[in-house]
Amino acid sequence: MEILVCARRVPDTSENEIEMNSAGNDIERDDLVYSVNEPDNYAVEEALEIVERTGGTVTVVTVGGDDDEEILRREMAMGAKQGVLLSDDAFEGSDGRGIATILAAFVKKGHYDLILTGVQAEDGAAQVGGMLAALLDYPFASLVNSIEVQQGKLKISREIEGGNKEINEIDLPCVLSIQTGINEPRYVGMRGIRQVASVPIPTFDGPYLGVNGDKAGLAAAKVKRLDYFVPPLGKGAEMLEGSTAEIVDKLIDLLKAKGGLN
Amino acid sequence: MARIFAYIIHKSGVADDSAAELAAAAKKIDAAQSPAAVVTGWGTDCDAVCESLRASFDEVWKIANESLAYPNAELVRQALKNVLPAGCIVLVPHSHFGTDLSPGLSIQMNSAYVPDATDIEGADGIAMRLVRQEFGGQVSAHVRCDISSGAVITIRPGAFKPLASAPASGVVVDKSAAAGALTARRRYLETMAPETGDVDITKYPVLVSIGRGIGEQENVALAQDLADALGAAVSCSRPVVDAKWMEKSRQVGSSGQTVKPKVYLACGISGSFQHLAGIKGNPFMVAINKNPKAPIFRVADVGITADILEFLPELTARIREK
Repeated sequence: MEILVCARRVPDTSENEIEMNSAGNDIERDDLVYSVNEPDNYAVEEALEIVERTGGTVTVVTVGGDDDEEILRREMAMGAKQGVLLSDDAFEGSDGRGIATILAAFVKKGHYDLILTGVQAEDGAAQVGGMLAALLDYPFASLVNSIEVQQGKLKISREIEGGNKEINEIDLPCVLSIQTGINEPRYVGMRGIRQVASVPIPTFDGPYLGVNGDKAGLAAAKVKRLDYFVPPLGKGAEMLEGSTAEIVDKLIDLLKAKGGLN
Repeated sequence: MARIFAYIIHKSGVADDSAAELAAAAKKIDAAQSPAAVVTGWGTDCDAVCESLRASFDEVWKIANESLAYPNAELVRQALKNVLPAGCIVLVPHSHFGTDLSPGLSIQMNSAYVPDATDIEGADGIAMRLVRQEFGGQVSAHVRCDISSGAVITIRPGAFKPLASAPASGVVVDKSAAAGALTARRRYLETMAPETGDVDITKYPVLVSIGRGIGEQENVALAQDLADALGAAVSCSRPVVDAKWMEKSRQVGSSGQTVKPKVYLACGISGSFQHLAGIKGNPFMVAINKNPKAPIFRVADVGITADILEFLPELTARIREK
């Protein structure tokens, strides 16, 4: 099975506290540490496990610039055979639909049986996979937490409310968004990264893909983020202050009062 | 202003609470307009939902089809695309179903898509201004959406307070014929209940709940020690289950368990809305997190800025002393 995984480089929230800049209109971008969007690792791992069982190859694609090559190499170090960068100045400022349009143009240039995305990225939008499927006229399923390959189709489960699993079968080719926890993404060491450091990364631009500024990029975007802000705290928590010993004693008194401790 | 439709989630003939939240969101888009409810389904359950919605919506569009008896997003999307007028605004709850249905619906209707809106700050015929959250709720963002060719907007559960609306005596409009032939390339087979775990966290009045801040599996023992001292159980948020440090049955949240304790200690939990959705009954909530800007401090009663790996053993030791 030929599998394409769509990945994205994002600020790593386990390495950074996201804070506002001094002007108060954007997040502070100096010293941000970036890494691959964590859910995308689960999608790549799932793709690798499928090709280990059934044969085929895994390709990882991202839309971005030169800085984004590092996440492609990371996923190649996991075992993806090829990384592909879709890059053009005209793509900058794309909304979800723009990104999906660029990816769809790339998919149409090749042949993939299965396309995976992570469940969502740092913006919590969870949109590109579903849009990509609609643009390609492929069936789609979100929040997928298990995949069994069958003849011409997959048996999948979706994570729905209360820990329930919704079991579906879905025809190939299709697009799935992969929920975190579906597998245990393999570890990537520095040695693995070094081994793929000089593998060429094919890069495709707007003219090659047939995607111009009417279809992607800032001018085509129907949805634009205007700013970032931190909403007023509201009531908020009463913060306990003092030495650790003092805080512990205050907390124990509160727990006793509220029925947490007899 | 384009016409606004609220997609109604329902189960066993009863409309979900989100119906009233979508109606409230619609009023923030256009106070002058009465939104229409859209119901897809089949049989007596579908009829019962439509009938009940007459009390709160002036118009209820019914799309009944045997293939829609289970809400398969692939089929619902086809039906909505065939029935809804071009250029309209469609509101859908941001749930596991909403995220399955809506991105593709926006493509098929050639309209804009805004996921997970937490507020709407007004609209004219061309544009709408909304609020969303990013980075797990650490920051919010204003978003401008071009609605000149319509929009699909998913609405954060719980973010819009239902309005005390005047009772309506709405009409049910049967749009079933317009849905056309629906073909499924994804077929629903069955729903499987979660496996039950060793500990039923829903039965405990006190929960020591751990998140990503627990760091590694061996540290789970620190939370268990505290729980033992308190007569509590250890529960957790999603990253702990994803890392396989605890069983799925311990997870609190919209995709895990719904709990109703008296006291909830959130330890190293950032406080995503999916996690908070699993905590009911307004417990006394203590948040312990080393990030003073963690969103959990917005909702907790008491907050402590500390590294849980250092704080939990101190707390446990002091409780044992007493």
